[in-house]
Amino acid sequence: MLRFLVRRVLQAIPTLLILSILVFAWLRSLPGGPAAALLGDKATPEKIASLNHVLGLDQPIILQYFKFLGRAVTGDFGNSLVSAQPVMGEIGTFLPATIELGLSAMIIAIVLGVPFGYLAARYRGGVPDNIIIVLTLVGVAVPVFFLGYTMQDLLAAPLGLPSQGRQAPGIDATSITNFAILDGIMTSEWDAVWDAIKHLILPAFALATIPLAVITRITRASVLDVFNEDFLRTANSKGLTQSVIRRRHVLRNALLPVVTTIGLQTGALLGGAVLTERVFNFRGLGFLLAEGIERRDYPRLQALLLFGALVYVLVNMLVDISYGIIDPRVRVR
Amino acid sequence: MNTLLAKKKEPIDKLAAASAGGRSLGAEALRRMLRSPVAITGGVITLLFLLLAIFAPLLAPKDPQIRYLQDQVELGKGVIPGPSPGFPLGVDDFGRDFLSRLIVGAQQTLLVGVLATVIGVLIGVLIGGIAGAFGGWVDTVLMRLVDVLLSFPSLLLAISIAALFAKPSQWTVILAVSIIGVPIFARLLRGSMLAQREADHVLAATSLGVKRGTIVFRHMLPNSLGPVIVQATLTLATAILEAAALSFLGLGDPDPTRAEWGLMLGNASRQFLDIRPELAYYPAIAIIVVALGFTLLGESLREALDPKNRR
Amino acid sequence: MQQLRLTRTRRAALIGLAGVLAVSLTACAESKRDEAGGGGTGGTMVFGDTGNPKMFDPVFNDDGETFRITRQMLDTLIQNKQGTAELEPSLATKWESSNDGKTWTFTLKQGVKFSDGTDFNADAVCYNFNRWYNMKGAAAQSQMIYYGDVFEGFANNEGDAGGDPVYKNCEAKDPSTAVINLNKAKGAFPAAFTLPSFAMQSPTAMKQHDADKVTQSGDSFTYSDYAYKFVTGTGPFKFDSWDQGKGEITLVRNDSSYAPAKLDKLVFKVIPDENARKQALKAGDIQGYDFPAPADYGLLRNEGEQVLIRPSFNVLYLGINQSGNPKLKDVRVRQALAYGINREQFVKSKLAEGSEVATEFVPKAISGYTDDVTKYPYDPAKAKQLLAEAGASNLTLKFYYPTEVTRPYMPNPADTFTSISEDLKNIGITIQPVAEPWNGGYKDDVQKFGKQDLHLLGWTGDYNDAGNFVGTFFGREKKEFGFNNPELFNALAAADASPAGDAHAKAYQGVNKQIMDYLPAIPIAYPTPAIVVGPKIKGVVASPLTDERFNNVTIG
Repeated sequence: MLRFLVRRVLQAIPTLLILSILVFAWLRSLPGGPAAALLGDKATPEKIASLNHVLGLDQPIILQYFKFLGRAVTGDFGNSLVSAQPVMGEIGTFLPATIELGLSAMIIAIVLGVPFGYLAARYRGGVPDNIIIVLTLVGVAVPVFFLGYTMQDLLAAPLGLPSQGRQAPGIDATSITNFAILDGIMTSEWDAVWDAIKHLILPAFALATIPLAVITRITRASVLDVFNEDFLRTANSKGLTQSVIRRRHVLRNALLPVVTTIGLQTGALLGGAVLTERVFNFRGLGFLLAEGIERRDYPRLQALLLFGALVYVLVNMLVDISYGIIDPRVRVR
Repeated sequence: MNTLLAKKKEPIDKLAAASAGGRSLGAEALRRMLRSPVAITGGVITLLFLLLAIFAPLLAPKDPQIRYLQDQVELGKGVIPGPSPGFPLGVDDFGRDFLSRLIVGAQQTLLVGVLATVIGVLIGVLIGGIAGAFGGWVDTVLMRLVDVLLSFPSLLLAISIAALFAKPSQWTVILAVSIIGVPIFARLLRGSMLAQREADHVLAATSLGVKRGTIVFRHMLPNSLGPVIVQATLTLATAILEAAALSFLGLGDPDPTRAEWGLMLGNASRQFLDIRPELAYYPAIAIIVVALGFTLLGESLREALDPKNRR
Repeated sequence: MQQLRLTRTRRAALIGLAGVLAVSLTACAESKRDEAGGGGTGGTMVFGDTGNPKMFDPVFNDDGETFRITRQMLDTLIQNKQGTAELEPSLATKWESSNDGKTWTFTLKQGVKFSDGTDFNADAVCYNFNRWYNMKGAAAQSQMIYYGDVFEGFANNEGDAGGDPVYKNCEAKDPSTAVINLNKAKGAFPAAFTLPSFAMQSPTAMKQHDADKVTQSGDSFTYSDYAYKFVTGTGPFKFDSWDQGKGEITLVRNDSSYAPAKLDKLVFKVIPDENARKQALKAGDIQGYDFPAPADYGLLRNEGEQVLIRPSFNVLYLGINQSGNPKLKDVRVRQALAYGINREQFVKSKLAEGSEVATEFVPKAISGYTDDVTKYPYDPAKAKQLLAEAGASNLTLKFYYPTEVTRPYMPNPADTFTSISEDLKNIGITIQPVAEPWNGGYKDDVQKFGKQDLHLLGWTGDYNDAGNFVGTFFGREKKEFGFNNPELFNALAAADASPAGDAHAKAYQGVNKQIMDYLPAIPIAYPTPAIVVGPKIKGVVASPLTDERFNNVTIG
């Protein structure tokens, strides 16, 4: 297992390196540049040029890249242009929010998606099946940001849920890990926990729509596949009761594709988080990225894109491992 | 082993395998589709949308660019005139006829979606075709590249690419969205060619001494067309949605004179949801319905081509 | 964050002790209640910011988000009277200049202390001026945008853009008299002394925390701890904490100030998305925010919020680059553009209430504004005729406009572009639109390279001086406008050097007339950005300079 992990990490390095060159070169070739973003409204072109010189942005690009790489391997991605804070520190501060949101969305998607999918498969061709299928198709087709705005406008007030932010102003919560719920539990500040959960509901549901739809459909399909398989017929003929069959065979075997789908959707969640976090003013990495794009915060974009790639590599690895655990036949090779 | 990648490749490979059967199977699939209500619903929506898009200039009751009621728009007071005689859906924030803009918007939306898909198909088919036709190290290198592209979350990829363009325009959106399709089509085409290598008609041609180029262009590529079309239909739906997301993030085509659903939706849902929500709802519904149509059609096409479903 | 953790610990401790020492619990609870009632009327206001501040040393800053916060903590020598651009005493009770405008004498308020307990006096004033003038390091100098604008150079210029310093020296005649000597007179004074960048900070605190240290970190800079968390001034509030994760900057009342705030606490919360700001206000999470969209005014008011309209101190203009399309050198073509744009309709349908069509390049509140200029009312027929006369009936123009930005003078660039370009199409001009991200090349291409024929830009005034507007735009040959008109340049230089008062205003009135005849660009509108606060907030006065000080704010 360890050897497998090491190999996977080593494999990822060239990819990340190539990506870093691409991202760097591209960002540097753009007009404008950090100085323009760093200075405000009143900066004249001369002042921007002067600052570019101070920053060494008029040096040959190769030289700049190696300087960047030299710092990057020590974890120093420089400071954000927007906030004058080290971007790595920013990622650390904002990551918990995204994990919290992503995890909540994923839990919603799984907790609702697997039963719905199973239900649809069991009553294949029936009314529940058709309703669920139509809903999943619509779910994939709704633009996430539009859904977010609509929820804010139509649902927040009637349900008494907050429509933006991570915390109500009156809540005086202690920050330890920046995971709002976890912090609240650790310090027994139950009001803060409840507040954090309320703030998660709308954005998490908005973000969950696509994974929910996909997981439902995959569950349905894989349950149907399993229903058709031989060993089930064998189990049937052995006289096992329906409920035992369902529990022991169907769900377990149907779970495999669902696990990979969850992994795949984790990647998609990162994209969706940019939109959701922006709409709900949920201060996570997606929020950071959207702001970085808007303000052309190059150091932040560089770091975030590379970080995104790194996360993706990690998620891939995790899925491989969990696949191995669920299905012993697929031992990690 | 990479489970996730494998999972992403699975439907593509399945689709690719379908081309091994040659053209006759395509016809059979089509017959099967005509019996499925899902396929018909998808087909009808798609057809209506295509007709609307193609004949948009003729169907639009008014000139979508003329600011008929600009004098009655007062954003500072939250006033955008609603429906009135001659303007069944009211006007937008420039006093332009909203119905006409929605209709013309179909054309722009289709254009963005189709161009993005076509570019994705072209690049993908080129890469996949080369890999499949040459095999060996060319195949290995190209497919490694495709795997890297494939393993990235598509929306994030599109956002990054669109954000990296100096001047946002319709073309940057199209390019950013087209990247999503590239790895899929590359893998699809390569798989399709590999599947056909052992197929009867190709073996027959080879044994008759037909040149490799001729086999590729006369036999293999035409057979790959079916799966490519199926995948393109599915990609179109994604393309339209992602273009809308880019518009929302301010990365889309900034030319506000152009009527495009994603742009209309992005603008309106940011600004007018409180004063005239219809300006957001109509394009949203249009996008949802069209994306749904393409998905339904694509999914049922794919199912029809799936050898497993053949009886 | 430190502060928050403290209160939490205290509360947790209380709960823990509850069973044992019920008596002490009540005592504590009572003391807490007292705290809230003590001092002014108390309470907390949370204000929604549109963007992150960089840090809080105003001299290294030039953006409004930072100034909004620093002006609550730091005072300037002279300030703008609330709600106007007129000068009034602040830390200086009196100021006067010598006849040649080179010597400025400030009489200082007495008994003023910085929030660290040290005295504010003439020595402190001189320390601040000398600090700016003697600033070391290209990194630090290149970020002192306002210092560079007003004082032009440093003791030792290390950046590329330094000129001859305007500042000469500072004398502390006695503790309450500071004299600033300049090398040359400038029309910007005394109004420039109101700039938030030139606020007075505690010499002791700056020395202690090494305030001048600016180091490069990648493509950006790291500042000293002073700039992040120890900014020390004489203002009604003082710095408390900055929570990056939550995007909250907390200030508390500065009880040692000569005029402490009425609120206990003032929190700035960064919410970049406009819709999210609106949602937050509706939900009561924040009690105010800046730059609400015009379309939301009615809605906000219906919900009882107060939308306060700022008197316009902005101008939005359509830039014309005469070194672009050669036809633009013909004044008739430029006039045709002016006649061809329906500015009345644009202002009425797209801008907020109170906005007006611009007739020249300075807003009405500025001395030097005159109604007596050539005006160009909407007249498409005349526009077409002028184009025909100039042989420019088939004109094609590259029209640049920015994306990913809103400015107080241009709430929606794409809308502005659409309105103007559609008008120009109607008079037969072909428009090639070019959109560029504001920070991603727009400013460079338009101001540095002059790639455009037409472009959208504007200006928010920094202080009440016409030179701050027209001098900045047309004072010298610039790529942005691509013309060389020595007559105009000289007139502007003369106006800038004219002594303050009536003569100054007259000089600029003449220049404004001259500009509107020459028409180097087309003024479009004087937009009025707004600020919105909740129903219970009292004491916020909308300022033309976005110079809202929250010292008198109460929650009723």
